Amino acid sequence: MTTPKSSTAHRASVAGAKPMIECRGVQKHYGDYHALRGIDLTIRAGEFFSLLGPSGCGKTTLLRTIAGFEDISSGAVLIDGQDMEGVPANRRPTNMVFQSYAIFPHLTVAENVGFGLRRDPRSRTEKAAAVEEALEMVGLKGYGARASHALSGGQRQRVALARALILKPKVLLLDEPLSALDRKMREQMQVELIKLQRQVGITFVLVTHDQEEALVMSDRIAVMFEGQIAQLDGPEALYARPTSRRVANFIGVMNFLPARVLGETADAVQIEAPGLGRVDIPMANVSRADPGDEGPSVGFRPEAVSLIAPGAQGANRVAEGVIDEVVYYGDMTYYDVRLDGSGSFDGKARPVRIAMRNVFGREVQDVGTRANVSWSPGSLVLFR
Amino acid sequence: MASGNRSQTAQGLTLITPPFAYAVLVLAAPLLTILAYSFFKDGYLTVIREFTLENYSTVWADPIFHRIMLRSLVVAALVTLVTVVLAFPVAYFLSFVVAPQRKSMWLFLITIPFWTSYLIRVFLWKVILGYNGVINSGLKTLGIIEQPLTFILYNVNSMVITLAHAYAPFAILPIFIALEKIDRSLLEAGRDLGESRAMTFWRVTLPLAMPGVVAASLIVFIPTIGDYVTPALIGGGKIPMIANMIQAQMLDLDNRPLGSALAVTAMLIVALISLIFLALNWRFLKVRQ
Repeated sequence: MTTPKSSTAHRASVAGAKPMIECRGVQKHYGDYHALRGIDLTIRAGEFFSLLGPSGCGKTTLLRTIAGFEDISSGAVLIDGQDMEGVPANRRPTNMVFQSYAIFPHLTVAENVGFGLRRDPRSRTEKAAAVEEALEMVGLKGYGARASHALSGGQRQRVALARALILKPKVLLLDEPLSALDRKMREQMQVELIKLQRQVGITFVLVTHDQEEALVMSDRIAVMFEGQIAQLDGPEALYARPTSRRVANFIGVMNFLPARVLGETADAVQIEAPGLGRVDIPMANVSRADPGDEGPSVGFRPEAVSLIAPGAQGANRVAEGVIDEVVYYGDMTYYDVRLDGSGSFDGKARPVRIAMRNVFGREVQDVGTRANVSWSPGSLVLFR
Repeated sequence: MASGNRSQTAQGLTLITPPFAYAVLVLAAPLLTILAYSFFKDGYLTVIREFTLENYSTVWADPIFHRIMLRSLVVAALVTLVTVVLAFPVAYFLSFVVAPQRKSMWLFLITIPFWTSYLIRVFLWKVILGYNGVINSGLKTLGIIEQPLTFILYNVNSMVITLAHAYAPFAILPIFIALEKIDRSLLEAGRDLGESRAMTFWRVTLPLAMPGVVAASLIVFIPTIGDYVTPALIGGGKIPMIANMIQAQMLDLDNRPLGSALAVTAMLIVALISLIFLALNWRFLKVRQ
C-alpha cells in the first residue's frame, strides 16, 4: 500500500491553510482519571489529520470533545475560529463517522443519509436528489430503498460517510472507522477515503490505533500516550525520525542498541555502539530518551539496513553477525541477526531484526550462517 | 449440515415436549371444551349435546353484550394507554439514568407489588379510594372537601387506576428491555446530525422502543379485557365487564353453552384487535438490531 502521488502536493497546499481546529490546553478529568493532560493542537483547513495511539491514550476522548459529546475540564476548543464552549453537539459544524457506524436500523439507506436534512429548506425532490448524489459519491448508487439492517460492514460504513458528508460539515470526525472491516476491505477503504477527502476538501480528523492506517492516509499525525501528544509530524518524519523510543516502538519496528556518547559538535553527535563502532549522528536524527530508558541508545528500522554476503563490501559501512532466526513472509523475509560485539564498549553480542524484500534472484539465507549487515549513519536515530 | 440440523431439531422437540404437554393439558383442552360447549344446546340446568349456532346468534343480537363488550374494550384501552404512558418514563429512567450496577436493584424494587396477592392489592385500592377511604378522609381532615369525592370509586376511573397500578411492572419491563437494546451511539448520531435531545428522542429512541411499547400494550390490554376481580370489587358490581357477564351466564344462570359462546366471541374480538394492532406496528417490529 502506497500513498497516492498527490499526497505531497496536498500536504504542501494545506500547510499554509487557516487553522480549522485549535485545542488550547485541553484537559479532561473523569473523577480521579486524567484522560487529557493539556492538549495543544492546531489542525488546518483541508488537512487529513490522525490521532494515533494505543487504547486508553485519550485519542477518542479528544475526538469526542471536538464533536461536543464530552465537556472539557479546562482549556478551549475552537472550530473555524469559534470557541465551542457551551455549544452542543447538534450545533457544531462537525459530523462524525462512529466506530459502530450507528446506522439507524429502523430507517432505509436513503432515510439514514437524509436524516440530517430535516430542517434543510430545500424541497423534498431536491433533498432526494442530494441523497442520491451522496450515495453515488460513496459508491452506493441505487441502494436508497434498501433496509439498513441488511447491509454489510463496508456498506454501513459508506452509508455513515454519506450521511455525514451530505451535511457539508467543516470537519469530519472518524472514530476508528476501518477497525471493523477485514484487511482487504480496509486497504480499499483507505484509498477511497483519501480520494473522497481530496474531492470534498473537508478537514478529516481520524482516530486510529493502527499505525499503518495513519501513515497511509494522513497529512499529519499526532501520536498520543496517556493523554498527551508525544509527537506531531508528517508520516515520513514520524517514521524516519521518531522523537522518542516510545514513538519509535509504536510506529513500526525499531532495533535499539546501547550507545555511549563520545562527543558533540554543532551538527553531529559522536557515539560508540556495539557492532557499529564509532559513528557521527547528524543533529536532525538526535532525539530524547524517555524517562524509563537505560541510558542513551541508537535505533534503526529493519528495512533501513540490509543483509549482504560475508566479505562483500559496498558504499556503506558493515557490521558482522550470525543469523539467529529467519521468518519468511512471502514478499519480505525477516532475519534476526546477532551482531558481534566487536568494536563495542562491553563486547556483548546484540540481536537486531533486518527486513529484506524478496526480489527475484535473491536467496533466502539460512539460520546459523554468518552475514554482514550493511548500514549508513544517516539511517540511525540517537536517543539520549 | 443437514443431519446436524435434524438432530438439533429432535433435541429441540425433546426439550419442549414436557411444557408442551402441560400447555395442551391445562390450556388447549379447556379451550377446546369451551369451544365445543359454545355449539351445544342449553337444556336449562343440563347441556344437550346437539350442534347449534343459536348461542352465537343470541350473543350477537344481545344489546347488553354489545354494551358490556364495548365497555370492556374501552376500559382495557384506557388502562393500556394510562399504563404504557406512565410506564415509559419509568423504563426510560431505569435504562438511561440509573447506573448499570444499580439496575438490578431497581428492577427488584419494581417487582415489590407482586409480593402481595392481586386480590389484596385490589382491596387496598378500595380502602384508598373508598367513601371513608384514605383519600377522602385525608382531604376531609385537611378541610379541602366537605363531601366525599365520588368520582374515584365504583366507576371506570377507579378501575383504570387500580388496573394501571396492577399491570405497571408488566409494561415497564418490555419497554425497559427495548430501551436497553438501543445502541447508545445511535442517540449520539442523532445529536451529531443536528437534532436536539427532544427530536432525537422522537426520531430515534421512540421508534426503536416501539417493539417494547407494542409488547407492553398487548401484555396489558389482553388480560385487562378479561379482568374479573377489579370490576367486581372496585366497580362495585355496578359496571360489569365481559368476564363478569360470562361468569353470570356460566354460574348464576347456569347457561354454559351461552356463556361459552360469549367467551369465544370475546376471545375472537380480542384476537382480532391484537392482530390489527400488530399490523399497524409492523414497520417498527420488523427492525432487528
